[in-house]
Amino acid sequence: MTATNPPEAVETTLSETTWSELREIAARYPEARSGLLPMLHLVQSAQGRVTPEGIEACAEILGITPAEVNGVATFYTMYKRKPVGEYHVGVCTTALCAVMGGDEILARLQDHLGVGNDETTADGKVTLEHIECNAACDYAPVMMVNWEFLDNQTPDSAVQVVDDLRAGRPVTSTRGPRVCTWREAERVLAGFPDGRADEGPSGGPATLAGLAIARERGWTAPTAPELTAPESAQEATDA
Amino acid sequence: MPDTLTPVLSNTWDAPQSWKLATYEAQGGYAALRTALGMAPDDLITMVKESGLRGRGGAGFPTGMKWSFIPQDNPKPKYLVVNADESEPGTCKDIPLMMASPHTLVEGVIISSYAIRANHAFIYIRGEVLHVVRRVQAAVAEAYAAGHLGKNIHGSGYDLDVVVHTGAGAYICGEETALLEGLEGRRGQPRLRPPFPAVAGLYASPTVINNVESIASVPCIVSNGASWFSSMGTEKSAGMTLYSLSGHVKRPGQYEAPLGITLRELLDVAGGLREGSELKFWTPGGSSTPILTAEHLDVPLDYEGVGAAGSMLGTKALQIFDQTTSVVRVVLRWTEFYKHESCGKCTPCREGTWWLVQTLKRLERGEGQPGDIETLLDLCDNILGRSFCALGDGATSPIASAIKYFREEFEAGMHTPAAELFPYRASTAYAATVSA
Repeated sequence: MTATNPPEAVETTLSETTWSELREIAARYPEARSGLLPMLHLVQSAQGRVTPEGIEACAEILGITPAEVNGVATFYTMYKRKPVGEYHVGVCTTALCAVMGGDEILARLQDHLGVGNDETTADGKVTLEHIECNAACDYAPVMMVNWEFLDNQTPDSAVQVVDDLRAGRPVTSTRGPRVCTWREAERVLAGFPDGRADEGPSGGPATLAGLAIARERGWTAPTAPELTAPESAQEATDA
Repeated sequence: MPDTLTPVLSNTWDAPQSWKLATYEAQGGYAALRTALGMAPDDLITMVKESGLRGRGGAGFPTGMKWSFIPQDNPKPKYLVVNADESEPGTCKDIPLMMASPHTLVEGVIISSYAIRANHAFIYIRGEVLHVVRRVQAAVAEAYAAGHLGKNIHGSGYDLDVVVHTGAGAYICGEETALLEGLEGRRGQPRLRPPFPAVAGLYASPTVINNVESIASVPCIVSNGASWFSSMGTEKSAGMTLYSLSGHVKRPGQYEAPLGITLRELLDVAGGLREGSELKFWTPGGSSTPILTAEHLDVPLDYEGVGAAGSMLGTKALQIFDQTTSVVRVVLRWTEFYKHESCGKCTPCREGTWWLVQTLKRLERGEGQPGDIETLLDLCDNILGRSFCALGDGATSPIASAIKYFREEFEAGMHTPAAELFPYRASTAYAATVSA
């Protein structure tokens, strides 16, 4: 599935398949309730948000009350009550990314798209949100599209990304595959792999920065004792 | 004397398709698992104890000792839970590790689970890192297919199942008991301790919770021995570790070095700060560790050295800020982070972080009122040590330390906006030139 394919329709009523997949998630754990977080990801994948129906379904499968499910769904920021666009664009504005350009990128995108925080463009394509630290500080400022890394952004590059997304042009993560839709991403997070783990590099330049320098200078960790044993034995004999 | 950089965990990251089982095994991967399965579990615990490995998630608790706290006479199942909820601002080491070499983690999970006699392990990954989730899911599937996981692993009679679990956006779930709540399908709010997870953790059963890098460090210890590991690092802080450089430096990224290296040495290797930059302040281990300044360039970056300098080694997340940066602005943004992530369970943290943000916002706008600095310190005093978990304590670290080193900037906040003193554009990564 690529960015240019039409997205699968939102399930207005949860399908039989989704019901059975929700049960499948619960069955992965020694205690079924442990499945709730991934189950809610699957609800979002099927219905584009956490719906009242999805909450009822999780509650029924896990034997807990809808209020208990609701309490969980409202606690975690990745769960959305309003429909999310085809692409969720998150701009990191925690301290380091903010200083390195995140604040300016977010302001520019809000202006360019004409949306506020956690709002979706009228064409339903892009939901814009400021996000907290996404563990990519060595690539600051960082933007996430459907939770794929878009590293080392500038206001101009960020505008280009959202324009491409809205025009249906493919956008590729700097450290991953071509971005899928938000609902497809949510399905992977629910524990249903999409077979795309082998796309993209092992890491970006920052990931490999120290290793590259070590290679240039011939630096390594000490050799294991087993391997040096003959040498020291030799030294002992010489002595 | 080991080399300045000592890639062990990162040593395979530049191999083509480094994340694949075949690549990992071609470089000696899963040999440690076979060695471990031939050992008695208690001997493995002793080995990890003797290596001196300490938790890489921030607290630095000895890993082998944590394992030994599991009451083996408890009839309940034992569990291993990997904390892969990397979210502490500045911290960015576990994510690249899992992306580039998920099998290092998976092999560590199997050996560690065998050592504590767990037949079920969970890898709790934050939800906001899709491709990392893909890579770890694929690695676990490959490990099952190769017989490294499942029933009777390599004829040892040992069974292990691993579940890759995704979070859903909550920094607090990096706190180990909140993580267990999330893993049990509840709101991620910390639990009262005792009982500690070693006694009553997941499903009230004995549970070990370790950081990704801690668990990933286990296979190399099994392969090369405890004394090999402790030949790197310092007396009380053994081994190599991932240091993460970010911010106003020429070459941000991951640098694997023996514990005890200094920031000066690391910057020297990494080409220093960006052109025209002077070091103003930095964090040794994420935003919850008190900031340090240029006077601390020669502090050994190990648990004791950073502690003696009045901060904490934390996650070794070295966020570097130069002279263009407003410390008031940075502290405000960290504080907004803690306010956003406060789980709401306890009053000092929930209410205190809100008030801290209000006060800091005024100061950033240059509209601070007399007494604001005292109010900030008073608030910190009422949060530190009075919150339910370390999130509240961590929220006070940047504020108290920034006032200690840069009080005059907070005083300037009574009359001049931070953006006027430090034009924000100059701090960006794409600012054409840097000027003081």
